[in-house]
Amino acid sequence: MTAPPPATEPPAPPPGPTENDTQESKHSPFGQILLQAIQENTVTITVLALFSAAIIGGLLAAFTNTGVLHAWGDFFSAPGNAVAQAWDVAAGTYVALFQGSVFNPHTVAALFQQASFSTAVHDGFLSAVFNPLSETAVQATPLILTGLAVALPYQAGLFNIGGQSQFIGGAIMAAWLGYAYNMPFFVHVVVCVIGAFVGGAALGWLAGELKARTGAHEVITTIMLNYVMLYFLAYVLSSHSLMQAPGGSNAITLPITSDAHLPLLAGTHLRINAGFLIALAAAFAVWWLLNRTTTGFEFRSIGSNTSASRVAGMNVERNWALVMTIAGGLAGLAAASVILGTDFTLNPQSYGTYGIDAITVALLGLGRPGGVVLAGLLFGALHAGSPAMQTATGTPVQIVQVLQALIVLFVAAPPLVRTIYRVRAARARGVSTTMSKGWNA
Amino acid sequence: MLLTPGPSVGAGAAHWGGRFAAPITYVVFGLVNILVFGVHSHHDAAFSFTPEFAKVSVPNLTLAAAVTCYVCGAITLVLAVVRLLDVLGIIRLGRVWRRVIVGVVLFLFIIALLAWADGGQSIPFNVVNLLSGTLDVSIPIMLGALTGVICSTSGVVNIAIEGQLLLGAFCAAIATSVTGSLWLGLVCGALAGSLVAVLLALFAIAYRVDQIVLGVVLNTLVLGLTGYLYNAIMVPYGNTLNNPNTFNPIKIPGLGDIPIIGPVFFDATIFLYITYVLLAGIQIGLFRTRWGLRTRAIGEHPVAADTVGIRVLSLRYRNVILAGLIAGIGGAYFTVGSVGSFGPDMSSGEGYIALAAMIFGRYTPFGAIGAALLFGFTTQLQSILSSINVPIQSNLLLLTPYVVTIVVVAGLVGKVRGPRAEGVPYVKS
Amino acid sequence: MELELRGITKRYGLLAANDGISLSVAPGQVHALLGENGAGKTTLMNVLYGLTQPDEGEILINGKPVKFGSPRDAIAAGIGMVHQHFMLVPVFTVAENVTLGIEEADRVGLLDRRKTRRDVADLSHRYGLDVNPDAMVEELPVGIQQRVEIVKALVRRANVLILDEPTAVLTPAETEELFRIIRQLCDGGTSVIFISHKLKEVQAIADTITVLRRGKVVGQRTPPATEDDLATLMVGRDVQLRVTKEAARPGEVMLEVDGLMVAGEHGDLPVNGLSFQVRTGEILGIAGVQGNGQTELCEALMGLRPTFAGTVRLNGRDLTRASPRTRLRAGVAYVPEDRTEDGLVSPFSVAENLILDTYDRRPYASGLNLNIPAIRENAKERIQEFDIRTDSPGTQAGTLSGGNQQKVILAREVGREHKVLIASQPTRGLDVGSIEFVHRRIVQQRDHGVAVIIVSSELDEIYALADRIAVMYEGKITGFRDPDVPTAELGRLMAGGADGGHALAPGHLPDMDIDGSAAPDGATAGEPEATASQEES
Repeated sequence: MTAPPPATEPPAPPPGPTENDTQESKHSPFGQILLQAIQENTVTITVLALFSAAIIGGLLAAFTNTGVLHAWGDFFSAPGNAVAQAWDVAAGTYVALFQGSVFNPHTVAALFQQASFSTAVHDGFLSAVFNPLSETAVQATPLILTGLAVALPYQAGLFNIGGQSQFIGGAIMAAWLGYAYNMPFFVHVVVCVIGAFVGGAALGWLAGELKARTGAHEVITTIMLNYVMLYFLAYVLSSHSLMQAPGGSNAITLPITSDAHLPLLAGTHLRINAGFLIALAAAFAVWWLLNRTTTGFEFRSIGSNTSASRVAGMNVERNWALVMTIAGGLAGLAAASVILGTDFTLNPQSYGTYGIDAITVALLGLGRPGGVVLAGLLFGALHAGSPAMQTATGTPVQIVQVLQALIVLFVAAPPLVRTIYRVRAARARGVSTTMSKGWNA
Repeated sequence: MLLTPGPSVGAGAAHWGGRFAAPITYVVFGLVNILVFGVHSHHDAAFSFTPEFAKVSVPNLTLAAAVTCYVCGAITLVLAVVRLLDVLGIIRLGRVWRRVIVGVVLFLFIIALLAWADGGQSIPFNVVNLLSGTLDVSIPIMLGALTGVICSTSGVVNIAIEGQLLLGAFCAAIATSVTGSLWLGLVCGALAGSLVAVLLALFAIAYRVDQIVLGVVLNTLVLGLTGYLYNAIMVPYGNTLNNPNTFNPIKIPGLGDIPIIGPVFFDATIFLYITYVLLAGIQIGLFRTRWGLRTRAIGEHPVAADTVGIRVLSLRYRNVILAGLIAGIGGAYFTVGSVGSFGPDMSSGEGYIALAAMIFGRYTPFGAIGAALLFGFTTQLQSILSSINVPIQSNLLLLTPYVVTIVVVAGLVGKVRGPRAEGVPYVKS
Repeated sequence: MELELRGITKRYGLLAANDGISLSVAPGQVHALLGENGAGKTTLMNVLYGLTQPDEGEILINGKPVKFGSPRDAIAAGIGMVHQHFMLVPVFTVAENVTLGIEEADRVGLLDRRKTRRDVADLSHRYGLDVNPDAMVEELPVGIQQRVEIVKALVRRANVLILDEPTAVLTPAETEELFRIIRQLCDGGTSVIFISHKLKEVQAIADTITVLRRGKVVGQRTPPATEDDLATLMVGRDVQLRVTKEAARPGEVMLEVDGLMVAGEHGDLPVNGLSFQVRTGEILGIAGVQGNGQTELCEALMGLRPTFAGTVRLNGRDLTRASPRTRLRAGVAYVPEDRTEDGLVSPFSVAENLILDTYDRRPYASGLNLNIPAIRENAKERIQEFDIRTDSPGTQAGTLSGGNQQKVILAREVGREHKVLIASQPTRGLDVGSIEFVHRRIVQQRDHGVAVIIVSSELDEIYALADRIAVMYEGKITGFRDPDVPTAELGRLMAGGADGGHALAPGHLPDMDIDGSAAPDGATAGEPEATASQEES
């Protein structure tokens, strides 16, 4: 019958189901087990992948820097300088990234220079210490949500690249409900968030239905929808009779009324808001859906084998439409977190790079909700730190995208990483032979 | 692999509108012709068929705009009735006739659209520009689709065409800017496409990564890399690095002077002529040579090919990497073939449209080219309409090619089956 | 050409698929390799054909050792192979398939198609194979496809032709044809290695028989060897070639199929007017060569394929348009033909597979929530009841052996309330131990009052299990018979012969004929094993 779509071999090597105590491990000494676990564990591969990507990124940053290029022009007369300059830029890039996303020692110094503690807090110096982390959380929020929007269908065997279209759908709803209506404080936010979910879900449903009814592959239809919604967004923002704010020619909506803003979590000096909690809650909800519900059981079954699922009575097409609808809703929530949490307005570039980033987040997270949260935090950190990085070393922010793609490539090809670092190549071959024989039994 | 309908989709499943989808669609088209275009048309629409500086001049065609629309609408409605009779079983149309009707309905729609657009305008609508522009605009899609055909036939899904186009554009721009040589730029563009293909082949064939995921990731990588390098080195050093000259059109003597056909097919840049050669070469190659037979075999039944001694993996590598050259040339067109300097995300999804064209063209070279031209046509039409102040907002026009792609891939294509082993990594047991 | 294998050993991990195997093949001889599924026959042939390398041992041709790094080397040395699953590209013509890899082409690579066609036509005439070079392979019947494979080997000047389970997809009459071709090839000096697990055929065609068991040669015989002797060698103990079962006690009609027509992919009708009834407490065996609509019939019965015309009724309830889920709920149990593709979700655990079609019912779920402890409990119980060999309920089902996988599916299906059991090719690819288990279990279900339908292309299995036999050919039932029917008669019906004489109406109880005719036909496969047990009743 039909060949199973992508999800049969997600880029994770060993199976890793919960209760798998093989006969062999009972006979090996404990130390060996630990060593095996470390060396074959995806954590090891992931860390090495990050390391490799970082090296390449550093080289890229260094050797596209004008200062470094000049220095290397005079390599033979001043080799030490050339190398030092290169190192400065490369290391500086990562230091700046770290300071922008996790912790900047200067902020602590500034805090202790203040006259009194209470004024320091009032003026935001204490908040400044936590600002990098707050920014990381803020950047991570839409990444986690859109990452979930890719990871969930992935478990069901679908590849959702339409995050951008679903995000825009949600953004339009969130913005419109946010500026066009007045409602009591708590109600307004909730209505906007739900509206965003619905807006995104509609786009997701469209892609899912197209696949279910016509068999058209979701990769092509969702990418096309991305471009359609891109232009549609520009369209609605170009006309005052639609969503463009009156009294100006900017392609932008009216600001969202303040009672539709997502509540801040740590005072007014930090941008971290309830969106972050929504993201974490959504991740948990997706985990629960996949592993503890009948619907999730169906999703996972269909993702692994549509034929057997059909024979077992599952309705494959309905599940495709359902999973894409939920995924679209998740992307819509991501839009809510951006429009209602940080931007408070809608413009033609509001969708940013979330659609594409979502794919790298989901892949790095190995398609699992927990992994998506971690990957979202990592990439969120990269995004949060990149403005500081650009200021410090002049490295353009697009390097973040390059890093993301490189990380995913390395993670997607564990054999490549193993070859580079000679991580138990012999044993790895043994594992894969047994595995492949098992599947073909 | 790119189209995987289940058994319930097909005989007896509920498509949107069911069997009546076709006649209903035609009725809609007919009504739009009459009520939207016809009613809002004024005066006359003029169509010109002569490009500037032509040796032979063809007279303009002037039509009363409203009448034209009504006539087109009427004919379309008649065809809708014919199709309805076919669905009801009262008359019997063969597959060929059904396709002809689709073509005629679309053709009439375009005529009515143009008549409405040009009605009352002082400038005649230049059909030659429309057609030759279509061919030009379609070049990256055509070349990308040919790349897709070779890869898919060999059993590898190449989603990374977008990245190949983009990197090809980037490298061609830099190479030509720096050296001043257009040909070097073209070659570098081709090699850039091939470089992406090397990565695709390596990860797909050796490491057996999921090919669709891989393609998207490679596109992301190229997008990020070119965007980064654009900001890092192209913007500061624009004059040296991003200032290439472009190829001039070459008119083929004799053929280029034939009225209407000449300016469209035989007066263009080298890229179009390369496309002709590649189309012929690939068509003959796939169906009449040893290479073609083996290529088709490894995409359909690699195990069988292996048992007769064909080196499956090696042939896949070779085909994917060579096909990358083609996409690279297509990418070079964006810069040294048309606008010159590189801009971020220049390819704007045309690599994906090329994939849709390949599927729509049923994985054959000629089919893929035809489908690519259809998409190019909608893009060109949109661009011309926005230049003659048609009262449709430019953004809505811009999204038309993409909507058309969705409609085509989802609706009109029907069940296209690709090579059986497409996208499945070959594992020697 | 003298071919000899000496001491061939091939290991996969700790398992020795081939263990010190030696045999020799004389020119113009048919050497049969007999063994049950999993004995190592296919591995040995893969070694001989260059698809895999032996860990120890050597291959000698005319006394000289040779090494085959790939099929190319084997082909060059004169070894040709007809695989069990054909190595033909379906969308290519016969000529294209035959010529693939050795194409006639000029310097540029342009194919010389006329010469190829001529060569194929010549060869096929010479050996009486009669294949049309321009026919598209996917439109050819299976018997003809097999001939294309033989032509492929002969074109490459094969001196030794390996046939891997060639009769699996042939009617008895087509098998006769094949034997004729084999004899003709041998007269011309070609040697044939005939791999099979079917005793009767091997006895009919072979000059020498080598019996493999668990990777080792356990004996060599020549045709006068008795069936029991060979069977014992094959399995290593006295084999019950029949299932002891009591007489059937059929009750009322449970499943009724009337005038069923099912459409296929190419606009044809694989099921073309089929009617039968099955009662509680009886086993209906649907015999027939693969490809006569059995797969489509099962799919239609399960609602996986839409019905074009006709009805399906379960206990009077019309299920013709019902979804698969409705049918499962109504009490249909289904063991599909392709267990890894349609029966199991390989990455899921054994426990999850055991509830694959009951996960949303109590006690495994309440509303949306899955009841994980209940699922585990169920798994533990079933594993014990069905003797499923697995490390734990959480092991991935894909890593189990074929027999254990089938047990999982069986456990799942018969483990819940059901009125009808449909089992398609239930013991394909299984070792004898598992076959016995599955057969016993099926009979057990019958004795509990379930209406059982077995679809099988193995006549032995049909004879062993069925209380009534229906023969399927080209989408119709060509006849209903008692289990004491001679093989020749079944073979005739399987090949489309008309249903004259000795016919039973679709729903009648079988005659309790005591004098079952027991005239064995030498050259055909399968003998009514159930005769003896019927005499006992």
